[in-house]
Amino acid sequence: MKIHEYQGKLIFAKYGVPIPKGYPAHTVLEAEAVAKRLIEETKSNVVVVKAQIHAGGRGKGGGVKVAKGGAAEAKELAQKILGMQLITHQTGPAGQKVRHLYIEQGLEMVKELYLGAVIDRDRRRIAFMASTEGGMEIEKVAEHTPEKILTVHIDPIVGFSAFQARELAFGLGLQQYSKETVGKFVKLMGALYEVMIKEDCSLVEINPLVVLKNGDVVALDAKVNMDDNAEFRHKAQWAEVFDKDEEDPVELEAKDVGLNYVSLDGNVGCLVNGAGLAMATMDIIKHAGEKYGVAPANFLDVGGGANQEQVTKAFSMILKSDKVKAIFVNIFGGIMKCDVIAMGVVAAAKNLGLKVPVVVRLEGTNVELGKKILRESGLAIIPADTMADGAAKIVAAVTGGSK
Amino acid sequence: MSIIVGKNTAVVVQGITGSAGGFHAKQCMEYGTQVVAGVTPGRGGESFEAKVPVFDTVKQAVEKTGCNASLIFVPPPGAADAILEAFDAGLELVVCITEGIPVIDMLKVRRRLETLNGKTRLIGPNCPGIITPTECKMGIMPGHIHKRGHIGVVSKSGTLTYEAVGQLTALGIGQSTCIGIGGDPVAGMDFVDVLEMFNADPDTHGVIMIGEIGGGAEERGAEYIKAHMKKPVAAFIAGTTAPEGKRMGHAGAIISGGKGTAAAKIDALLSAGCKVAPTPSDMASTLKSMLS
Ligand SMILES: Nc1ncnc2c1ncn2[C@@H]1O[C@H](COP(=O)(O)OP(=O)(O)OP(=O)(O)O)[C@@H](O)[C@H]1O
Ligand SMILES: [Mg+2]
Repeated sequence: MKIHEYQGKLIFAKYGVPIPKGYPAHTVLEAEAVAKRLIEETKSNVVVVKAQIHAGGRGKGGGVKVAKGGAAEAKELAQKILGMQLITHQTGPAGQKVRHLYIEQGLEMVKELYLGAVIDRDRRRIAFMASTEGGMEIEKVAEHTPEKILTVHIDPIVGFSAFQARELAFGLGLQQYSKETVGKFVKLMGALYEVMIKEDCSLVEINPLVVLKNGDVVALDAKVNMDDNAEFRHKAQWAEVFDKDEEDPVELEAKDVGLNYVSLDGNVGCLVNGAGLAMATMDIIKHAGEKYGVAPANFLDVGGGANQEQVTKAFSMILKSDKVKAIFVNIFGGIMKCDVIAMGVVAAAKNLGLKVPVVVRLEGTNVELGKKILRESGLAIIPADTMADGAAKIVAAVTGGSK
Repeated sequence: MSIIVGKNTAVVVQGITGSAGGFHAKQCMEYGTQVVAGVTPGRGGESFEAKVPVFDTVKQAVEKTGCNASLIFVPPPGAADAILEAFDAGLELVVCITEGIPVIDMLKVRRRLETLNGKTRLIGPNCPGIITPTECKMGIMPGHIHKRGHIGVVSKSGTLTYEAVGQLTALGIGQSTCIGIGGDPVAGMDFVDVLEMFNADPDTHGVIMIGEIGGGAEERGAEYIKAHMKKPVAAFIAGTTAPEGKRMGHAGAIISGGKGTAAAKIDALLSAGCKVAPTPSDMASTLKSMLS
């Protein structure tokens, strides 16, 4: 789960990671009011208006603007940014609508750094990465100048140790800014480790982490991702910060009934059991159909233990999509019984009507029973013996047999 | 022979009184697996299916029954703890089926595993388990699709393992042992660990290795194959068409920052001398073409 910068900064504040003063705003009036309040509190006319969307690269896309002319200018900027379709390298060409703003104290910095914590799955440790190349896309730094990224790994049993933070601090040359800067960085990194562990994050990134004139270190940005598997430990809290406007509505609908769904650009709806088989089904459709413009419209894993209602729901979701020109149901029943799938498919098809061809490949537990249910349903379902056979029949169905 | 599990594997099922644990414990018993104990804290003294004694702790189960392997169906909030308990009881093998364990918990489990110096093996979590056909099924795979033979199968995905096994059996090719290592970012046995064992097993003559997008386990497997593998390996990598930044069902199946793509994994495997099946329908036939 992703959360907004302002929500991440609230968590930072709770654990003692220094942040600039700031307030969220959801309307232009609110933006003006909190800008006024900030200017009074900080005795400075400089505020930053920041678009809150779940994607990086907002600055470059025009979603982060500095107002030096007080609350009136902040209001103007808020007017421009709120409601805009913000396009960044992470949003895709359509961009993402800005529904929330964060109004923050403008700070003058002497240096922009990068500090991030990730799960390093190859080393099976939390890795902290730091760089003097702050404010830039860290992926680019990693690609072009990997020597500029310093990394330490934290032993999960020992926990955070100050010496590891000092290693990064001196590596970044923080001693040049003030006597206290190294110590401040060590404290900040310790707090960030606490955030990672206690809040069950899969990623915490500060880009930029800035050094101020007085030698303080402050997190100007906050990118915080939660590990979905840990939701049971944070139910109420995560429900509060979850922003459904940032999610694909169909993916949300699927999640509500316990299905794994990802929208794709193609024209073949897929209903599969198991994540690996679901991915492989997408792959084989593309493999067979690429030349003819046939590609998967979705990833859908109904899981190992889906009941008939879930299958019906899943099939209905695919049937409702306009872009779907054919549907491939691919099941290798292990725990999932083929007859349960067949009944779910038949129920949804009878309910909504079959407007596009459906190819069904059933294999495994109760396969004969499943096939019988489909045969006797009276529905025009095209049976397939193997995945390859199914993919070929899908391509023929979409292209009207002209391939 | 075969690897890791066989006739002498005596299993304790942690979470045997739950619905998933009970259902699959029964299926494993019907397949012929020696399920000798169950553990559910607070339910010690009961018996499962009027045959299998239930204990409060894994240590008691070991003392009373001599079990040497655990199969875990404990739900996510208690799963990491259940794995640690199994480690502490000194079992040789721990297979965790549970899906949805927080990664922070798995970091600790993995670290603890590393201190055991190979005394205990962990398979999973978020996996279908392990089977040596006709001898021992420790997991949730459909037993009837398997056939005893000489091909090892190792995979991150449950259903793709079934797909590969189904294809092998249809071609009349049996399996020595099939292992699902699971789709989580931090887990127990890796491709390399399993490949090493297949390489050393005289009863395994070839291997099907099934990977997917995310992480670097397939690349490490490819390095091992290039340097050490004496047997043919046919591979398949799922997720060629998966978009970047989206979690594809498995917690670990995600391409991030351009890393973990199927293309990179396929390249690594090809340059290690594997054949890579062009589609998931060709896994067994690709291997067959490599067997002499
Ligand atoms: N409070 C602030 N005071 C002064 N400058 C700021 C402030 N907040 C942001 N900036 C400037 O704006 C730039 C972009 O802001 P920020 O990093 O928050 O957004 P971003 O473009 O989304 O970054 P990312 O690509 O990492 O998501 C910063 O690198 C910094 O130079
Ligand atoms: Mg930034």
